[in-house]
Amino acid sequence: MNSDLIEAAEATPCDTSRRRFLSRLTMALGSLAGVIVAIPCVGFLLGLRKVPSDWRTVGKLDDYQIGSTVKVAFLDPSPLPWAGVTSRTAAWLRRNSETEFIAFSVDCTHLGCPVRWLPQANLFMCPCHGGVYYSNGTVAAGPPPRPLPRYPVRIQGDLVQILTSPVPITT
Amino acid sequence: MQILKSIWRWFDDITGVPSWLILLAKHPVPHARKSAWFYVLGSATLFVFILQIVTGIALASGYVPSAGEAYHSLAFINSTRFGSIVRGIHAFGASAMVILIGIHAIRVYLFGAYKYPRQMGWLTGVALLFLTLGMAFTGQLLRWDQTGFWTVVIAAYQAGRTPLIGNWLGHFILAGDTAGGATLSRFFALHVFFIPAFIFFFVGFHLYLVVRNGISEPPKAGRPVEPKTYRKWYQDLLHRDGVPFWPDAAWRDMVFGFLVIAVIVVLAVVVGPPALGKPPDPSIIEASPRPDWYFLWYYALLTLIPRWSESYVIILGPLLLVVVLILLPLVVYKGERSPFKRPWAFGVVAFIVFMIAYFGLVGHVAPWSPRMNAPPLPASVVGVKSGPIADGAKVFHDKGCEYCHKISGYGGIRGPDLTYAGDRMTPEQMETRIYSGAPNMPSYNGNITQQQLSDLLAFLSSRRRRPAIPLPVSSSSQ
Repeated sequence: MNSDLIEAAEATPCDTSRRRFLSRLTMALGSLAGVIVAIPCVGFLLGLRKVPSDWRTVGKLDDYQIGSTVKVAFLDPSPLPWAGVTSRTAAWLRRNSETEFIAFSVDCTHLGCPVRWLPQANLFMCPCHGGVYYSNGTVAAGPPPRPLPRYPVRIQGDLVQILTSPVPITT
Repeated sequence: MQILKSIWRWFDDITGVPSWLILLAKHPVPHARKSAWFYVLGSATLFVFILQIVTGIALASGYVPSAGEAYHSLAFINSTRFGSIVRGIHAFGASAMVILIGIHAIRVYLFGAYKYPRQMGWLTGVALLFLTLGMAFTGQLLRWDQTGFWTVVIAAYQAGRTPLIGNWLGHFILAGDTAGGATLSRFFALHVFFIPAFIFFFVGFHLYLVVRNGISEPPKAGRPVEPKTYRKWYQDLLHRDGVPFWPDAAWRDMVFGFLVIAVIVVLAVVVGPPALGKPPDPSIIEASPRPDWYFLWYYALLTLIPRWSESYVIILGPLLLVVVLILLPLVVYKGERSPFKRPWAFGVVAFIVFMIAYFGLVGHVAPWSPRMNAPPLPASVVGVKSGPIADGAKVFHDKGCEYCHKISGYGGIRGPDLTYAGDRMTPEQMETRIYSGAPNMPSYNGNITQQQLSDLLAFLSSRRRRPAIPLPVSSSSQ
């Protein structure tokens, strides 16, 4: 309200060019300050924690029967100290033969809901939208666009190990 | 008293705030008469937002934003007498805010109040609408029970459908390769710092615009907005027929605002906060994540659209909504404001309300979800206790048929009701369907023994209306 009463003194041509310089300097410094603060902040937010994959032992070879599919739980690739139970993850482990295992992601390829194994029906079923997969992970029915992703499995001595992997987001 | 007055005057002299507040309180508003109660929705949204800040701060004093502890800290808050009420207020407050901001937007749209010179009022309101939905989404997630956890995963999968950057965006939402330690902290920061900061900014801007441009007068058919003359006309209206905001209009804001807050608090005490689900342990597979009601309609919509269009709708749908809402006041900024002269406005609102209500209801029933907890059919439904029909009923349950097909009230509704399957299909037709499957039904070829199949067919064929006189030709006609 009172601002129109406050008037600066008449500007000389010298004042005008000096003020142009000073206003540019002010804006440049302000922007620069913003940029040097923003780079580390945005960098921190965008910097995804890329974690090395790791083999996790999920059980003994003898624990798994040929032809059966069971849930195995293990630590995810980035078990941060404060992650608590969220650092756990799961996979469906199928033993096909003496030496062949398949580990399926539990995340439905449709929207990531956890699929369940129905042992008597020999199918995986997703509770969210009714996606169904056959025992080999191929799509049997419903909206999933892709088969269930597989994780690498290996046998070390009498132990079965799964290679931890990022959440296999369908793109 | 004299001392107080002089302190007041001194404070006014050095700050100007008291004079400004009085000016603000006394600023003239149009005399709304019969429409006056339509003008309480914005302030009620603001009151509930303040309620959310107060209860949010109270909750934040007890909540531990750590992926491993959040669940336990919420259980602790719940276990205290007032903590559970505060949680209830915050949860019902969230619902109230979504409802109120929605009705407020509808009111502004119907009254044509987004037209000149209030376009920016609409645009800041649109920003606030989406920020509010952002708060609702992140808030549901901070519950950090099983549903909260899977909500992040589902959000990441939805973001994954974005072209080119989908995978990156999905993992950005998860804050890394997996959903875990880093994920919750990020959503906590979003919910309590980032989004609220934007809400504060836009609320301030929104209110400033309300005062600067004046609250819109109730529309009248045959009195279009003409940008060249509107401001002068509005000033004349205020001079002729204006009333001071305080108390002539403010009392209604307070009465309605009080009622809203009272209802929220009563609901919080009587109904209580939303229950905590199972802990957020990703290795517990028995999860059926569902969004809270405000996103249920969207969840249902995504499920019911044709499958090929999914990726487009997930990404382009919300984008298109934003574009339409932004373009509205920029394109249609003059002309008739009265909804009676814009009958399609009623159509648009009816369509939106119907969509949200209908798809919300459908989402609640979730007919596409298999009922994976369906119990085996009882003998009273099967009709016999042993023999092929009874064995077939067991196969019907064990093979998962029952999760999707209902029989006599038991089972899912994903597929057709098979209560009278025997009337509709011959055993041969059933066998073909079981072997070949369908887009939403797995093929059981190689997945069912001959014995199981013949039992299942015996059972399904026995599912008939029991006519008094058996009809000789019952199923072959189909």
